[in-house]
Amino acid sequence: MSLPDKPFSLKGKRQPLGDLIVPKLLFFAALISIFTTVGIVLTLLLETINFFRVVPFFEFLTDTKWTPLFKPQHFGILPLLSGTLLVTIGASIVALPIGLASAIYLSEYAPDRARRIIKPILEVLAGVPTIVYGYFALTFVTPVIRIFLPDTGIFNALSASIVVGIMIIPMVSSLSEDAMGSVPKSLRDGAYALGATRFEVALKVVLPAALSGIVASFVLALSRAIGETMIVTIAAGATPKLTANPLESIQTMTAYIVQVSLGDTPYGSIEYLTIFAVGMTLFVITLLMNIIAQWITRRFKEEYK
Amino acid sequence: MDVKLEQLIKKRKRINQINHWLFFAGTSVGIITLAILIYSILSKGLGWFDWQFLTSFPSRFAEKAGIKSALWGSIWLIALTAPISFILGVGTAIYLEEYAKKNWFSKLIQININNLAGVPSIVFGILGLTLFVRGIGFGRSLIAGALTMSLLILPIIVVSAQEAIRAIPETIRNASYALGSTRWQTIRNIVLPAAFPSILTGTILALSRAIGETAPLIMIGALTFVAFTPKSIFDSFTVLPIQIFNWTSRPQEEFQYVAAAGIMVLLIVLLTMNSIAIYLRNKFQRRF
Repeated sequence: MSLPDKPFSLKGKRQPLGDLIVPKLLFFAALISIFTTVGIVLTLLLETINFFRVVPFFEFLTDTKWTPLFKPQHFGILPLLSGTLLVTIGASIVALPIGLASAIYLSEYAPDRARRIIKPILEVLAGVPTIVYGYFALTFVTPVIRIFLPDTGIFNALSASIVVGIMIIPMVSSLSEDAMGSVPKSLRDGAYALGATRFEVALKVVLPAALSGIVASFVLALSRAIGETMIVTIAAGATPKLTANPLESIQTMTAYIVQVSLGDTPYGSIEYLTIFAVGMTLFVITLLMNIIAQWITRRFKEEYK
Repeated sequence: MDVKLEQLIKKRKRINQINHWLFFAGTSVGIITLAILIYSILSKGLGWFDWQFLTSFPSRFAEKAGIKSALWGSIWLIALTAPISFILGVGTAIYLEEYAKKNWFSKLIQININNLAGVPSIVFGILGLTLFVRGIGFGRSLIAGALTMSLLILPIIVVSAQEAIRAIPETIRNASYALGSTRWQTIRNIVLPAAFPSILTGTILALSRAIGETAPLIMIGALTFVAFTPKSIFDSFTVLPIQIFNWTSRPQEEFQYVAAAGIMVLLIVLLTMNSIAIYLRNKFQRRF
């Protein structure tokens, strides 16, 4: 849009009040989002600095125990990180192939009618509150797992991973489908003219052309899985430990923050400060992933004309 | 035709067919899960879902437990969050689309909004706790919850309102300028009315996200046991997801059924809002 600041001359006339005040009000509204980010960073940073006045940074990164709520206190983030990582890996094993498969089906195979039915259903799946998914993990998925693997704990990482994975399927599939949808039809038609099957077109033409968008959708979905809170709070338990066994109870960074805020930790104590240190870690990781995803989309975007 | 070539073609067609079914199977996983989820909640919750459940306060006894305070809390929260987030979100969108010059500052705001959309909701809870509950001193009140929720859904509203405004073609703006309207008159009388249905749709969808959110409200300390309905915006409160969370984490098995009934109420509220959004989208959808 390239309009002049004043669409016509108002020389000699008073500018209407709306044109004087409104832009300033709107500018203030836009500033709120900047203030929000500044607020988040300041809040986390100030209390995290207070935390590191008591706990050495090195201990935070290397201690293998996380027991701030009882004696002897240990402040090693590794158990919470490994719990988060375990759930995220589990969720990606579920969500990435399934999400990509549905994106390919919707974009390359599905007839119009099927697409019109399936897409709204996926939208509903994306709109289910995480508390409902948590309930589903605890009361349906875990009992089913325990039929096949009786040693599984009531709270376990596997059930949480599967359900977090299901939660992010719609995100992977809709963002990937958008990426594939922007691959021009002429490229596909060229391949069809050479006698390629639909699968060959999808695999050898559409996927490579849409790769940056697909990878970005993966990164964004994983970032969402890292920040997810209620499913892991309800279904994965509250046992921070370094383990790769998904059948055990673990604790993620987000679930820990919820645990502390549900208890009666005194304001200003070192236990209270832990939520800011953990929150800061969570914020930095998800922020990095979001920046990476945006960078990939911009850097590797294929331009078709 | 060459026998070998014919076999090759057959093989490639078979691979295509197999993958067609694989991709379809992948797509149906989501749909089947949704069906199982709904079935498992209905089968547990239907028996507990009645008038008494809707009109009773929570109780230590599963038979007596109800959702009244949570339902009222959610309604209060949305009634407060909707105007705050709508005004700020649409205002930001109008500024970015209609007023902002293409300089580093408007670019910064845009990048910032995109990043905020990816910040985990629990981090917004930490912000709300520090800023509204302790900083300003609102305590664990409805207004602290509503402000936190408004900031959380602000990026969604901004982005959807921006799309709505961008969809209004330049020609009708120019027509308005040609008739002598100022910029603000054009926005107020031409752009906003045309974009309004899409903006409303986006806002309703964002609000339905706020209704389902749990983590940030747990952070700012919405209570898990409330036996009254809020009277003012400074009262403490609970909401549907937190009440459900509370029931889910109780050891007695009956509370699982109560939780399922609570989920039914939550899903009915959400489905109603989503249907309104879809109805609005279809009714007012226009192509320029």
